[in-house]
Amino acid sequence: MSEHHGPAKGIKRWLFATNHKDIGTMYLWFSFAMFFVGGFFAMVIRAELFQPGLQLVDPQFFNQMTTMHGLVMVFGAIMPAFVGLANWMIPMMIGAPDMALPRMNNLSFWLLPVAVTLLISTFFMEGGAPAFGWTFYAPLSTTYAPPSTTFFIFAVHILGASSIMGSINILATIINLRAPGMTYMKMPMFVWTWAITAFLLIAAMPVLAGAVTMMLMDIHFGTSFFSAAGGGDPVLFQHVFWFFGHPEVYIIILPAFGVISEIIPTFSRKPLFGYSSMVYATASIAFLSFIVWAHHMYTTGMPLAGELYFMYATMLIAIPTGVKVFNWIATMFGGALTFEAPMLFSVATVFLFSLGGFTGLMLAIAPIDFAYQESYFVVAHFHYTMVAGAIFSMTAAVYYWLPKWTGRMYNETLAKTQFWIAFVGFNLTFFPQHFVGLAGMPRRTPDYALQFADFNMMSSIGSFIYGFAQLFLLYIIIQTIRSGKENADEKTWEGANGLEWTLASPAPFHTFSTPPTVK
Amino acid sequence: MASIDHESYYVPDSSSLAVFTAVSSGLLIGGFAAGLNGMTFGEGGSVGWTVSVVGLVLFLAALFTWFRTTIVENRAGMASAQLKHSYVLGIQWFIFSEVCFFVVFFGTLFYVRNLAGPWLGGEGTKLGDTQALWGGFQYAWPMQFTPQEIIGVNNQVPANNGIFVGAKELMHWNGIPLINTILLLTSSVTVHFAHSALKAGKKAGFNLWLAITLILGFAFVGFQALEYHEAYAELGLTLESGIYGSTFFILTGFHGFHVCMGATMLTVQWLRSMMKGDFTADDHFGFEASSWYWHFVDVVWVGLFLFVYIF
Repeated sequence: MSEHHGPAKGIKRWLFATNHKDIGTMYLWFSFAMFFVGGFFAMVIRAELFQPGLQLVDPQFFNQMTTMHGLVMVFGAIMPAFVGLANWMIPMMIGAPDMALPRMNNLSFWLLPVAVTLLISTFFMEGGAPAFGWTFYAPLSTTYAPPSTTFFIFAVHILGASSIMGSINILATIINLRAPGMTYMKMPMFVWTWAITAFLLIAAMPVLAGAVTMMLMDIHFGTSFFSAAGGGDPVLFQHVFWFFGHPEVYIIILPAFGVISEIIPTFSRKPLFGYSSMVYATASIAFLSFIVWAHHMYTTGMPLAGELYFMYATMLIAIPTGVKVFNWIATMFGGALTFEAPMLFSVATVFLFSLGGFTGLMLAIAPIDFAYQESYFVVAHFHYTMVAGAIFSMTAAVYYWLPKWTGRMYNETLAKTQFWIAFVGFNLTFFPQHFVGLAGMPRRTPDYALQFADFNMMSSIGSFIYGFAQLFLLYIIIQTIRSGKENADEKTWEGANGLEWTLASPAPFHTFSTPPTVK
Repeated sequence: MASIDHESYYVPDSSSLAVFTAVSSGLLIGGFAAGLNGMTFGEGGSVGWTVSVVGLVLFLAALFTWFRTTIVENRAGMASAQLKHSYVLGIQWFIFSEVCFFVVFFGTLFYVRNLAGPWLGGEGTKLGDTQALWGGFQYAWPMQFTPQEIIGVNNQVPANNGIFVGAKELMHWNGIPLINTILLLTSSVTVHFAHSALKAGKKAGFNLWLAITLILGFAFVGFQALEYHEAYAELGLTLESGIYGSTFFILTGFHGFHVCMGATMLTVQWLRSMMKGDFTADDHFGFEASSWYWHFVDVVWVGLFLFVYIF
């Protein structure tokens, strides 16, 4: 039973994986594949919205597209992408031999294809896939739901189980497997943000499981949780959903914050400014995320005291988030800056996410939200946080650590070109959506009034450019793996710090079997 | 956990356990969904249920093999103190996630009883909208008459479906629920006695106290079955009897399911101790984890007894 065995051969290496790097690789490729599936749905949406009127798809199918786009992107693409990153990087960053529970780690991953199979299979069922939006409000998701909703519910259950097991693993690893001397306040920010994210997941995913369980009971077993006729309340669904849903958005964005907190110091050649304030800001955001959920529901109907409370509590989040943004800027201030592709994506994240944060503040103000609710302004807002926050920083992470993963360097010129295509495409897609939203265009609609035509056409063209940028990214990654310039340098980046940069490139199959000592 | 030997942290070889578990749970759950939807796949009959049962058998086999593997590894001395601490963290965070799961249903109960229910009865509304829809409905808890019953099925707004008839009689706390409270609280004490006996190295005492715990646990499950029978047969309290039945059965039902899981876990530990002579004073994680789970189930029951039955 030697500890120093290499990887198994062939398909067994992946099916039976227990190695955190192999499982991390599977997570990353799986999420990238799902990113293209969800992206394809987005292309269908934008193609239909290219011009007013109904051209390509019928409205029912359009609703299936918006629903599945949201679900696949959130649960299939973004969340697994950051779990994959956690798998790859956390053991290497804290000097651990592997994840704490390697076999459960493999189960967390393999539940994902099972769940996504259930979810995608709904397209081929009678009545089509779920078409009630990714927030699946009752009674749209109960009384008026297609039969395939049953499969959707169980897919969510399995995704939740996968996330909970993955998070337990990450927390156990961080708590138990840190190298001697690696105290909590010496951990890299990425590890800190994941520790807090894992806590959020363990607390929030069971809430989602409860919500879909009550849906299942209402649909199949005659209960009336979300039906006023039996004394229940459809608004209850929204409370339960957003009690999960608001922590969920921080589950998505906190690891992204962690990534850029690693990258910006590297390319500023300075340590991260205000490390401990970053840790406390992250924890504050996590705490606040549990007490602000009903700001998604201002127009649903709530007592005035509730509207006021949720408005003020929500605006509090701007404080710890502001601390983070100012810390990133202070890290860059006076630094010896260079702008390689990871840095370009990170700076773009700080800038564009801040725009998304500002529109979030606008939406937080209850009386103003009454006007903006369910408009394209909301779509623009959360794509500035989800895409420019999570996807941009994920792309930054791929460029940043790809030399460590593969031992090969990507082509910097191509990568910078890819950045500018993505940057222009993204802004061309979503910036005009602020305007059409403020002018009154509702979201989740296959057709719209003529005055929105120009901006929508710009938006669609931008989305095709952004979609192309992702295919280009895929090309760059494959080219790097197959024929990239050898990069045996342990450090890769001049200004990089951290244990992962003390290892060979590519990182050996087993690392830190004997833990390093951290001073 | 005084000194932790980092070099001996056990990283298992590649293993088929996870894939086997994932695929079997897919069959179990996918088949269940197909069964619920009555899908036939052109074969006639309920293919879904068959697939689900096959998946369940495979899933249980996978879990059995998985636990067996870790027990064998522990006997072979591969589990270092550090690895055992990972297991401890694992079960603790798992129980935390279970707590969060129950929080949803308790939250639902509080929301319905304190906010949604009174609003349905017309309280606090300035425009009188709920009374326009459900005129004449008066809120009381337990809700014996649903809004639908008050105004008649044909007069309700179309977003509501199903027939919700309130319970004829209410569930009282001082019958079976009180007996069950005594049973479960006692079992929490006896499992603690078992733990103390084990730590003192008294295996005979451990086996005896654990056996008593199991008897109490299974008696609880039996009484709950009786209670459910009474609810359906005599009280008219069913899943269909509006929000009172819905909250009653989802809380007690999921709790009962967790009691079954906890009792099964403890049974396995008892069998390990009786048949294989497992567990020593300082190495008994399997039992310890099961007993934590049992205490958790007990605490949830106290919440249920107070808020579902008494108040």
